[in-house]
Amino acid sequence: MSKLIPLRRVASRALLYLFLTVAAVLMVYPLYNGLVTSFLSANNVYSYPPKLVPVEFHWQNYLDAMRQAPLLRFVMNSFIQSSGVMVSQLVLASLAAFAFAFLPFKGKQVVFLVFLSTMMIPWESTIIPNYLFIQGIKWDDTYLGLIAPFMASAFATFLIRQSFMSLPRDLYDAAVIDGCSNLRYLLTIAVPLARPALGTLAVYSFLQTYNQYLWPLLITNKIEMRTVQIGITMLRDAEREMWHVVMAGVVIVMLPTLALFVIANRQLIRGLTAGALKG
Amino acid sequence: MAVLAKGTAGKPVARSSRARERRRDIAQWMAALPYLAPSLIIFAIFVFYPLIRSVVLSMYATNSIGQMTRFVGTRYYARLFESSEYLNSLSVTARFVLYTVPGVLIVSLLLATLGNLRLKGIAVYRVAFALPLAISGATAALLFMFLYHPTLGPFNYFLDLLHLPRVGWLIDPKWALAAVAVPRIWLQAGFATVVILAGMQGIPEELFEAAKIDGAGRFAGWWHITLPLITPSLFFLLVVTTLGAFQTFTEVNVLTNGGPVDATLVVVQEIYRSFYFNGQYGFASAQALILFVIMLVLTIIQFGVIEKRVYYA
Repeated sequence: MSKLIPLRRVASRALLYLFLTVAAVLMVYPLYNGLVTSFLSANNVYSYPPKLVPVEFHWQNYLDAMRQAPLLRFVMNSFIQSSGVMVSQLVLASLAAFAFAFLPFKGKQVVFLVFLSTMMIPWESTIIPNYLFIQGIKWDDTYLGLIAPFMASAFATFLIRQSFMSLPRDLYDAAVIDGCSNLRYLLTIAVPLARPALGTLAVYSFLQTYNQYLWPLLITNKIEMRTVQIGITMLRDAEREMWHVVMAGVVIVMLPTLALFVIANRQLIRGLTAGALKG
Repeated sequence: MAVLAKGTAGKPVARSSRARERRRDIAQWMAALPYLAPSLIIFAIFVFYPLIRSVVLSMYATNSIGQMTRFVGTRYYARLFESSEYLNSLSVTARFVLYTVPGVLIVSLLLATLGNLRLKGIAVYRVAFALPLAISGATAALLFMFLYHPTLGPFNYFLDLLHLPRVGWLIDPKWALAAVAVPRIWLQAGFATVVILAGMQGIPEELFEAAKIDGAGRFAGWWHITLPLITPSLFFLLVVTTLGAFQTFTEVNVLTNGGPVDATLVVVQEIYRSFYFNGQYGFASAQALILFVIMLVLTIIQFGVIEKRVYYA
């Protein structure tokens, strides 16, 4: 009798692992299938039944993908756009967050609400005037046009403000009495102490921008200015049914964000959950 | 004002102190402005001004490059509610919301519950559940496009194995919208699972120990402790995924372009088609503003009605 209890425990544990594994397989499967397909040669893609496990490593697809479309150029464009947005959000959000966290001024609540309201206005409802404006000043097909609309972010400002507010107030008061200017305090004390929040924001805004679709679709027309998300669909349009090549392209395009996911997992998750923790 | 206050000695003190106050206010503003101005300028150019211009545009006829030519008042709005295409896009979007929002919440609640188990190697499973975080809408759509392929794709092969009839996932109007919803649920489930897991990990362990002493089983503990305490996370996700679903474009644009026979023509795809391909800037602006109002009203309703049931610890 006494032996039955551990046995039951082992059985229930095994059942839990079974559930976990089934769930994990389902979540990973779309990516796994793309990866397997990216290594198949043409006749294996077109044969029935579909190959569910890797049967060969046909690296040629990756070279073909890069020959069919300037994928590396697309990746570079997206890197320039994403880095530009990331750096300017870090700078602008730190500046505004500093004013909200440390400086006294009349109507702070109102300015705060102005920032907050930008989060309530969906990008899609202002996209037509924005498109006309960028075209009007001839910034279509430029990096400036890809970056400028996203340089400031209310979410980023709130994230940094939260981190600044956790710094001891006395520190700021003492520094001011010692004759430290606001800007110097921001650069030499507040920013270094807020590094974790800045890291979180950096990863988050880079990823968001790298994955943008609608805006780059509207304002880039020249092939050499396309970003990855748009460029990768060109591969599909160009290659009728060359799915192994398309999948190789998809893998190339995903590599930077997958790497970011692996390396900066913690920052990324902190950034994504920051919005949820406010409640 | 300052000069006046200084020159009138003998006047009530209140006046000069008010002037001093005002001078201080201005000085404080001058100190804060350089920090706020860069963000405010960007918001003014790319958020507030375009919103106003959207309203103006929606009341004008335009030429093919978007210049306003003739005032038409509210005619576009009237036309919208007679346009079967627009009404169809609203109903498609509403159905898309109904597929994806409960889909994401249920899937991620299951995944987070599994991911929250105290088992050896659980970290590996958590990474697997969060994997879609690294994937964009466009690449997810391409991955699924191959899975859905009528003859080469694994999904129809699995149906063959189960002796079920094959499905024209993206070409059958009956199935297309659900087929477009699946990659969206997959993508968002990664994010939602991370959010719910963070909520679950914030629950103090003592609560479960107390429940155990009272003889509560695993499920009772989940139902009476875990679920009520993660309602803030669930509410946040409800708002965010609903808004996200209304703004869906990428998956539709890549997978179906709104077809077959407009079965997946969501509102943003319809806006995109109206202004980018048909050059109807005013008409499209009216559509975009109605989308904004719908999203705003829904958010207010969600905060007004559902948030009251959220348990904030």
